[in-house]
Amino acid sequence: MTQLIPILAQEGVSIAPAAQALVTGLSLGSIYALLAMGFVIIFKSTRVLNFAHGALATLGAFLVAVFATSWDIPGRWIPSLPEWAAWVSAALIALLVAGLFGMMLERVFIRPMVGEELFAVAIVTLGLDIVLRTILNDFIGVNARPLGDPWGIQLVDLGWVRIAYTEILQLVVTISLVVAMALFFRTRTGVAMRATAFDQEGARAQGIGVGRIFSLSWGIGAVFAGVAGVFLSIHPRGPAGVTQQTAFFAFAAFPAIVVGGLDSIVGAVAGGMIIGLAQAYSGLLPWEFLGTGFGGVVPYIVMLIVLFIRPYGLFGTEEIRRV
Amino acid sequence: MRGRPLLHTTYGSDQALLNTGTKKLLMSLFMLLLLAIPLFAPGTIGEEGSLPGPDFLAAGDWLRLLSTVGIYAIGALGLNILTGMAGQVSLGHAFFMGLGAYTAVVLGAPEGALWGLGLPIWVWLPGAGIVAALVGIAVAPTAMRVRGLYLAIVTLGLVFIGAYLWRNLDFITGGSQSGRSHPQFEFKLWKEEAPLIDFSEDGIWFGVLNLSSEAKTYLLILVLTIAAVLLAKNLHRTRSGRAFMSIRDRDIAAEIMGVNEFKYKTTAFAISSFFAGVAGALLASLVGRTIPETWNLFLSVQFIAIIFIGGIGTVSGVILGTLFVILLPRIVKDFTEWMETVVESGDGIMAGVLDLFISTKPGDFGLINTSAGVAPGLGIDQFNLVIYGLLIIGFLIFEPLGLYGIWIRIRNYWKGWPFTY
Repeated sequence: MTQLIPILAQEGVSIAPAAQALVTGLSLGSIYALLAMGFVIIFKSTRVLNFAHGALATLGAFLVAVFATSWDIPGRWIPSLPEWAAWVSAALIALLVAGLFGMMLERVFIRPMVGEELFAVAIVTLGLDIVLRTILNDFIGVNARPLGDPWGIQLVDLGWVRIAYTEILQLVVTISLVVAMALFFRTRTGVAMRATAFDQEGARAQGIGVGRIFSLSWGIGAVFAGVAGVFLSIHPRGPAGVTQQTAFFAFAAFPAIVVGGLDSIVGAVAGGMIIGLAQAYSGLLPWEFLGTGFGGVVPYIVMLIVLFIRPYGLFGTEEIRRV
Repeated sequence: MRGRPLLHTTYGSDQALLNTGTKKLLMSLFMLLLLAIPLFAPGTIGEEGSLPGPDFLAAGDWLRLLSTVGIYAIGALGLNILTGMAGQVSLGHAFFMGLGAYTAVVLGAPEGALWGLGLPIWVWLPGAGIVAALVGIAVAPTAMRVRGLYLAIVTLGLVFIGAYLWRNLDFITGGSQSGRSHPQFEFKLWKEEAPLIDFSEDGIWFGVLNLSSEAKTYLLILVLTIAAVLLAKNLHRTRSGRAFMSIRDRDIAAEIMGVNEFKYKTTAFAISSFFAGVAGALLASLVGRTIPETWNLFLSVQFIAIIFIGGIGTVSGVILGTLFVILLPRIVKDFTEWMETVVESGDGIMAGVLDLFISTKPGDFGLINTSAGVAPGLGIDQFNLVIYGLLIIGFLIFEPLGLYGIWIRIRNYWKGWPFTY
């Protein structure tokens, strides 16, 4: 996220740059990790490389903006609800809708492609990305659309480092989602999902509804992408709302996914954090010749370095090739 | 062997590019038509005369559009060699095109505030291809290490790294604010003042043909496109071409049969990048002035769309796909304008029906919005984007062989007629 870096450099002298970069890096990293986790869940169980992930993130954030500000969905019926509770419940409802939308996309556009070449399916999602992004951008308009979160730009000022409330929230939510996923994989449905990821035909032979697992994983993927989109939009150092650029941010999550390995949840979290920290610390580099926007390419450079050492990412399973 | 066009008794006739009489006839007619398009415009032959034919094609903006088709076809043929023949998925085509364009501008633009050597077209056009090809060779070792979907993401990274480079190398690219104008199409022997052939001014050729600058540019690009098509088509019947296809079909099996995977993957990258570089240089010169953001991911996606809509791995499919993808936005635009005039005239059933599709004023309902920012619905450019995306999805789901596959089915229907098998 390139907008974060220059603001970081302008902070006052009393701020310790290295510590502040750690905060920025962790908060960026958790957004990447959320995006990457959603992506990996989709990839693992359906073998689809989802280029529309950025569009899904924008969709989630946009729906939250609509539910929380324009419609004020649960809040208008329950006036006694405190502001934060109204916002959180609006966000939860909106993300649920985003998840259902993700399931619908899978059913309509991806299911007919089951059994086709992996790359052909990836190109379908590329087309899907164009369609979704264009329509969403038309709804969003030229200006940032605020999500109306109650925290705004409030922050904890420790003198040598400043931490925004939303950054704390972000870390808490990311960690709890990781834990929730780890627990989910122990449930009956979670085991079915793991079985599907392992061997689709084998899972089917065991009586697992593979189609339902596909739907579910797209739903979860869309929700995770939506959560990332929301955090991106309410970040106090960000663009203060969901914009037409939000979808592009998700492209920066691709390096995170590759660094961790396309099919590893642990890798997604690790890759996201590595990329986020690398991007934040690259803002501290003093060299003039790097020019503007260097933070934007750091993820790709890290990705290339990692791929040269480990072609399947840090935690990805090596593809076994046979003749 | 008269009357039995599919009986080949020599290797030569079996391997011929146009292996039946019908193909030869139709192809020569098609070539004549393409060459004759500029002559349809009134006043091109002698004082007043012109060839009878669809003269709207010879109007300046359509000739420019057809030139764009030619340039995109060159680029798409390049991507088709890499992705369609050798099976290496690349989203980095826009990067190589940008590389070609900026090599061309350094070699070809006049000396001034920004870098430029002022060399003629016969240096900067091949130069653009060669530099892109060299970078392609440099990238290929990475492509050897990662495969399949990982490669797609690595090449995606190339586009973003390229975007960063173009933004910051402002002594070459002119930066994001102003961009840079590219060398014009004119043939000089070296750095003399008056060009030998000037494609960017109206003028008279061969004493009788009164051609506009667009017509001249179109003819130049037509010749280059035909050359690219011949190169790409010929590749299918060479040792390298067969090696590419064996790597695509199963790389390990190919390696075991003695195909040098590293060598041929590198070759595929080099050839593909060469085409991309040339196409980028031509596109930049045709547009005239570009900013670094021209060479973005969407350009790569356009080429992916072209080869998938046309029919992956086939040369004729790529040409069909390019025509389709480049002309479609224009056709949609013209159609929308026609709908608007019908709706505004406001009589007949047609006006009522078409009013459902376009929205002209606030509060109106319609998919396409003809007065931007006022009426609901998508603007015409956005509508084109949506059609784009839906076409990619639709072709992949319903006709994976693309337009070429549709053509094959039509052909087989008539071949077997009245039988369906």
